[in-house]
Amino acid sequence: MAENEERLRRTMMFVPGNNPAMVKDAGIYGADSIMFDLEDSVSLSEKDAARVLVYEALQTQDYGNAELVVRVNGQDTEFYANDVKAMVKAGIDVIRLPKAESADMVKQLEADILAAEKEFGREVGSTHLMAAIESAKGVLNAPQIAAASDRMIGIALSAEDYTTDMKTHRYPDGAELEFARNMVLHAARAAGVAAFDTVFTNMDDTEGFYRETEYIHQLGFDGKSLVNPRQIEMVNKVYEPTQKEILNAKNVINAIEEARLKGSGVISMNGQMVDRPVVLRAQRVMGLAKASNLVDEEGNYIEK
Amino acid sequence: MEIKDTAVAGTLESSDIQIMISKAADGIQIDLQSDVEKQFGDQIRQVITTTLNNLGINAAKVKAVDKGALDCVIKARTIAAAQRASQTTDQPAWEVL
Amino acid sequence: MKNSVNRDLPEDVMKDLNYQPFESTEIGHPEIQRVAPKVHVSTGDDKVVTSIKQVIKDTLKDGMTISFHHHFRNGDFVFNMVMREIIDAGYKDLTLAPSSLTGVMNDLVIEAIKAGTITHITSSGMRGSLGDFVSHGGLKNPVIFRSHGNRARAIEHGDIKIDVAFLGVPNADALGNANGMEGDAVFGSLGYALMDAQYADKVVLLTDNIVSYPNTPASIKQTQVDYVVKVDKVGDPDKIGSGATRFTKDPKELKIAATVNDVIVNSPYFKDGFSFQTGSGGAALAVTRYLRQSMIDNQIKASFALGGITKPTTDLLKEGLVDKVMDVQDFDKGAADSMHTSANQQEIDASWYADPDNKGAMVDQLDVVILSALEIDTKFNVNVMSGSDGVIRGAIGGHQDAATAKLTIISAPLVRGRIATIVPDVTTVVTPGDSVDVLVTEYGIAINPKRKDLQKALGNLPGVPVYKIEDLQKLAEQKVGKPKPLEFTDRTVAMIEYRDGSIIDTIKEVKD
Repeated sequence: MAENEERLRRTMMFVPGNNPAMVKDAGIYGADSIMFDLEDSVSLSEKDAARVLVYEALQTQDYGNAELVVRVNGQDTEFYANDVKAMVKAGIDVIRLPKAESADMVKQLEADILAAEKEFGREVGSTHLMAAIESAKGVLNAPQIAAASDRMIGIALSAEDYTTDMKTHRYPDGAELEFARNMVLHAARAAGVAAFDTVFTNMDDTEGFYRETEYIHQLGFDGKSLVNPRQIEMVNKVYEPTQKEILNAKNVINAIEEARLKGSGVISMNGQMVDRPVVLRAQRVMGLAKASNLVDEEGNYIEK
Repeated sequence: MEIKDTAVAGTLESSDIQIMISKAADGIQIDLQSDVEKQFGDQIRQVITTTLNNLGINAAKVKAVDKGALDCVIKARTIAAAQRASQTTDQPAWEVL
Repeated sequence: MKNSVNRDLPEDVMKDLNYQPFESTEIGHPEIQRVAPKVHVSTGDDKVVTSIKQVIKDTLKDGMTISFHHHFRNGDFVFNMVMREIIDAGYKDLTLAPSSLTGVMNDLVIEAIKAGTITHITSSGMRGSLGDFVSHGGLKNPVIFRSHGNRARAIEHGDIKIDVAFLGVPNADALGNANGMEGDAVFGSLGYALMDAQYADKVVLLTDNIVSYPNTPASIKQTQVDYVVKVDKVGDPDKIGSGATRFTKDPKELKIAATVNDVIVNSPYFKDGFSFQTGSGGAALAVTRYLRQSMIDNQIKASFALGGITKPTTDLLKEGLVDKVMDVQDFDKGAADSMHTSANQQEIDASWYADPDNKGAMVDQLDVVILSALEIDTKFNVNVMSGSDGVIRGAIGGHQDAATAKLTIISAPLVRGRIATIVPDVTTVVTPGDSVDVLVTEYGIAINPKRKDLQKALGNLPGVPVYKIEDLQKLAEQKVGKPKPLEFTDRTVAMIEYRDGSIIDTIKEVKD
């Protein structure tokens, strides 16, 4: 798996790769990850133009601290090879493989990335990858897919294609996705990579969006793929830690610091030993709290 | 790169530029329509010309309809149009990207 | 000759027109002598006529000043109806002094200029073909641009002496009692036209709807009116709404609006009994919606909302979040209808709204205003009048007037297409940087350095980065590149008055 495990990935915003206005402005909304799309949002006749456009934008535009992802066309298309080469050359952070169904597909992508890194003189291993699970086969192979490459940063469920493959469609309660969500999430966690939930496309159903986001937050997903910048704030709100969680996390962090100063390997709080999961959770909560502007530089909770 | 056909890339959406490239005997001739002609006309022509020259094209007729595109978009659309016009879309000019 | 915002003013034109250079936003406490109109005494029984031609013949002479209001916006039939007759009758050398000029009037104004019928214009603004025509030197004498408050001041001073006012209304009785609220082509407040009705020597109402006497509520009164002309139709109801009244879905505009709201809520002015003006346009409506939620969350109510009014603002009135709406103009039918039903929506004239030479205007009591900008420069000077190509395409409206609020927020995207909004120097200074406090863009905000209090209050808002305005300007330039400077001739085509009647800038003829 790729390093940088604790990077926040609450929001992965889709940006149509052939739309200059959206490509240009993608950095202003505070998405944790920006995913430029060369696949489904680009018509067959514009694949070449979108590829060049995203390439040139990546050379010149400032996207701040966002993690930059490109969804290339599938391995069964004529566009795949040039997409991968161009994006590796462009210095993209992450290449997202659509319709991943096996570990071999990921290994193929890894090999293609490696070749491109060598061809264009990019540091070997600096291009990460992720896989989108969009079929029954992909879901059943998710554990192997998630663990297929050291470059892997995460796997994402893509529900539109998946539900079609399952001979159903999306329902408001999401029951049709229950198995896939849990498979993808478990595969990700077992492999130590991030898990991204699918998009929610009905912009008029704010309540439904919150319901779904709260649900996947509860399951344990890192975040959600988004089709509209307006959804970023809503996801971040759901992922905001509570005041109680923050105060508790702060205590744990203080205990870690105390142990470090004492040169002690054992972290204790209120006389009890603090074990590793608690430490990890505390660090995650503080990361989220900082990103949500709920704590100051020192990690103290800011009263609203 | 040799221009074989007339080809177009880009749209007439805001922030985009549509570039049509066709054969010419010699020199780069640019017919530019832009709302920002006064302020950025020279710069737009410069980006198109430099990009074409870098692709090894020294003779072409270009019709450009600009809708407020940034330089990176102008460059991208010029490359896409030129590759289409030279029927080399499948072999991107990596050295120019 | 330079004024205090460092604009070179043409000495000959300044002298010819007897103008002073702009010095300060402070009005002080001068004593002012107002003028009064001539009254042609009548019992009023013979006011109703059917021939515009005859009324013009009876009232108008070469060299006079005529006026119109722009409350019908692009649904206006009255202006063209009257102007057609005036041109055809061969009048010469008239001064056109409407509250503003909308696109639907452009063709006939240009025709009238070409025919020598109109030789002088004063207006709040102009757009499209007329702006282009004037910017290319189509009118010999410079256009005088005045804010709504300044027009009221100029009329009261006699700087604008209206000989005949042609005022379209959706209803009137036989003696001229009229309002903007009933009939087919309703627009709500008659705010700007009330000045003309009060100060013009001859007041001609045009209406398609003569109602029984006495007509109430009467915004324009029979004591002011000389003629009531019955016409077929005064306007097209579908085109009266400004169009910009739908809630925006543009994520960039929404982000700016949310930040504007953050600035307001965290300012010292956001407390019970505060007042605000938001104006029209997608982003302004979004601000109103965010502000509504913040008012509910913080249990804060506003004492009044001011200016051009939209339905989202009158909805706040209905919800009890705003005590009074002080209404000089309505941008949509919802706001216009609300005036009819709510006693707390007060029609105000342009003088009450914003005239600086007053015993107190509403804008003097205003806490917060959100205004737009075509350009804003590193001195916080704002241009709402000339485009990035130097061509006239805007209106001062109430910009200079409302900018006197305690917290003046300019909301504008960093760039529009390839044009930077934040520039080293605006093409035309309309509102001086001295009266601007905070700039809000999609990237963050900039606070006027002289507002140390706001630097402190807004310097540390979560998710709202604060930039020096110079840095935002550089960021914009980095994105779009450095434009080639515009070229102008020496000829002055327009004078921009500040609200006190001094000259804040001029517009030159563009060189093509």
